Amino acid sequence: MGYTPEMKELIKRVEATRPARIERVKQGIQFPKLSLAEAQKRLRTYHPDYKEDGRREFKIGPNKGDGHTYPDEVVDLFEANSRIDPDKVDLSNPDFETDVLIIGGGGAGTTASLFAQQNGMKVIIATKLRHGDANTIMAEGGIQSADSPVDSPYYHYLDIIGGGHFTNKPKLVEAIAKDAPIIIQWLESLGMNFDKTPDGQMRLLAGGGICRKRMHSCGDFTGAEIMRTIRDEARNRRDDITVLEYQPAVEILLDEDGKAAGALLYNMETEEYIVVKSKAVIITTGGCGRLHIQGFATTNHYGATMDGVVMAYRAGVPHCFLYATQYHPTGVAYPEQNVGLLITEKFRTAGAQPVNIDGEEFTFPLEPRDVESSNIIRECMELGKGVPTPVGRIGVWLDSPMIDILKGEGTVERDFPAKFIQFKRYGIDISKEPMLIYPTHHYQNGGVEANEWGETKIPGLFVAGEVLGGVHGENRLMGNSLLDINVFGRRTGMRSAEYVKQGVTIKKLTLDHVRAYQKELKEAGIETDRISPMLLPDYTNPEVRNRQLTARYFGTLR
Amino acid sequence: MTTTVAKDAMRKGDKTIIAEGTRMIPLFIMGKRYYVPETLTIQKAMEYAGYQFIRSCGCRGGICGACATVYRLEGDYKLYSGLACQTVVQPNMYLVQIPFFPANKAIYDIEKLPYDVTAIQTTYPETFRCVQCNACTKVCPMDLQVMDYMAAAIRGDIEAVAEMSRSCVMCGLCTSRCPAETNQYNMAELCRRLYGRYGQKKSQQVAKRVEEIKAGKYDPMIKELQSIPLEELKKRYEEREWEPIISEGWQPKETKYL
Repeated sequence: MGYTPEMKELIKRVEATRPARIERVKQGIQFPKLSLAEAQKRLRTYHPDYKEDGRREFKIGPNKGDGHTYPDEVVDLFEANSRIDPDKVDLSNPDFETDVLIIGGGGAGTTASLFAQQNGMKVIIATKLRHGDANTIMAEGGIQSADSPVDSPYYHYLDIIGGGHFTNKPKLVEAIAKDAPIIIQWLESLGMNFDKTPDGQMRLLAGGGICRKRMHSCGDFTGAEIMRTIRDEARNRRDDITVLEYQPAVEILLDEDGKAAGALLYNMETEEYIVVKSKAVIITTGGCGRLHIQGFATTNHYGATMDGVVMAYRAGVPHCFLYATQYHPTGVAYPEQNVGLLITEKFRTAGAQPVNIDGEEFTFPLEPRDVESSNIIRECMELGKGVPTPVGRIGVWLDSPMIDILKGEGTVERDFPAKFIQFKRYGIDISKEPMLIYPTHHYQNGGVEANEWGETKIPGLFVAGEVLGGVHGENRLMGNSLLDINVFGRRTGMRSAEYVKQGVTIKKLTLDHVRAYQKELKEAGIETDRISPMLLPDYTNPEVRNRQLTARYFGTLR
Repeated sequence: MTTTVAKDAMRKGDKTIIAEGTRMIPLFIMGKRYYVPETLTIQKAMEYAGYQFIRSCGCRGGICGACATVYRLEGDYKLYSGLACQTVVQPNMYLVQIPFFPANKAIYDIEKLPYDVTAIQTTYPETFRCVQCNACTKVCPMDLQVMDYMAAAIRGDIEAVAEMSRSCVMCGLCTSRCPAETNQYNMAELCRRLYGRYGQKKSQQVAKRVEEIKAGKYDPMIKELQSIPLEELKKRYEEREWEPIISEGWQPKETKYL
């Protein structure tokens, strides 16, 4: 395996321009950054968000007529039926009762569970796959925190809001900029391993769109290290934190007063529905890469299907910024088996440049992600300077061998062990040969509307992590997602405990909001057999699907 | 040189594009034969065959450890392993996925453990039953030197365990093969946490910044950013100074917001 002879021939052009490019980097000369005005123009012309086809407005619910269009893949989930018939669900005999129910067992949910627990709460985490199967575990490059002497939360704030095109919600930006060092210190205390110097100083790195070195990391699996650590801690507190795996929530439950009061779970293995009654609910279901918006491949995990936004919306909570989707500039374009997988931005912060088929630079390597992606799409689709793959995809090179030349032999293997082995399996040594990349669907940007404590308009209903919208406005920067899951996990964990401690009496449970939503669907003339939340994507071979001919799923076999 | 591409070249989602003329090969999923394109990973080959995963599928990117798979090749006595999302199929591969394997998870308070071998002795005493057979190393899909870190644990070298187990995906295959019934990967997780908590020095700079934030030092600065007109905010964003890539001893000109 490895690169084809044709590709190897093309790599020679990258090698030919490399010495001169290295020399320029050493002199501090980079391809120029685009000005704000130029960047806006580039986005409008090339970013997938600005394409008009494949998008439509919301016809029902709180975001009806909000002036935005959304990708069809998103609207389809909201113009869909509930998985259950509310009349068939017996809410009078809950299967579980707890103080705080957390929906989603990734980074945000697990952090929330720890802070709710240490504030006296009994917690249940209901999660779709295994505890920790989430985008958190896949996050590679790092977590931002402005703690260097030449940095401060002021600059962190400025970077976040500029990266989000000044659309972000200021209070939410303030929350993550100010809480960041508190989170780093907390993770240190739990025993998370950071890349540090022997005297304990963080080895800080740069990132796209950030003006100071602010990235804290653990190799190229920072998210995995965070997830392993906090999951282990949650398991140590099993007397108070119960984890229900393979049992995703499919609807939020309210009580007669309209407070959040639990959720209906679905045991995907036995196909039973389970009623959980709780005094507060925190939704931490993550993002939506598995919707493959605009047909893009994704970096996301198997369960990233926007469930939380759908459930909250049916309960009456609006969403924001869902019209903006993040495409990570550097997804794998070759080998075919790994298409779409993430190549961390850390490669570019360490010195790897994106170059075209002729080995020429065409973009500042550390533009904000949406601008960087647009530049790559332009290079391939408009200027015809992309590199074709054997099956007809296209990409540009990310010149990773520059890193070893700039920082010393062995740096790539040491600092990017996970990526190194991933390519080695396919016969590609990324310390010697460049990687072929193309933008990939990466992050939800928008989500459920809530304040800086993750509180939604429904009393007792909180959101944290990727499912929460507004922190990053229209575009997130590297390293701010691992940060925001922890910041809002912590905030919602603490605030939900405060809320419960005030004394919450849950009255009769109800699914009336689901009935109302079904009625609204009908009145809007939306007739469909779609069902949501989606829970899992369907990758079954369509030819096999066509042969699944059971007329009705009755009888002794499912 | 320029290349022309179809406008929809990348609009294929996660579907692996199967090149024309790709050979179909026999694959035995739990003993049952299917024909699949030879270029697919085990995970995508099973989906091609018609399976829809509930278990044994997580990140699909080689880091979550959900899709641990063991297989044999026809006519070969050896047992092989891999992550289904990262391993390409081979002809006459007999495979099964191991979505879950029971393992002992010790319950402990990280604040109360000592930073020496007794921490391992009290939590995972079975570690010391290791017979150094190397079955764990052979089966590790991440190519970790599992047996060697077990030896380091027995010596009480917690830092070495942390370093050697760093890219563990906690799939549990090591534990499944252990004749001494040890729980390598959970023990290694304990060691990584001990190393992070006690072995690595705390960052003084982080501690200092936390104090400054708690004292409200940055509140007025952020309030300022929230109250200035948008045009001024954009100006400050555009004019912010950039720390250079090689930044030893670099100082920004503007220091009043530090």
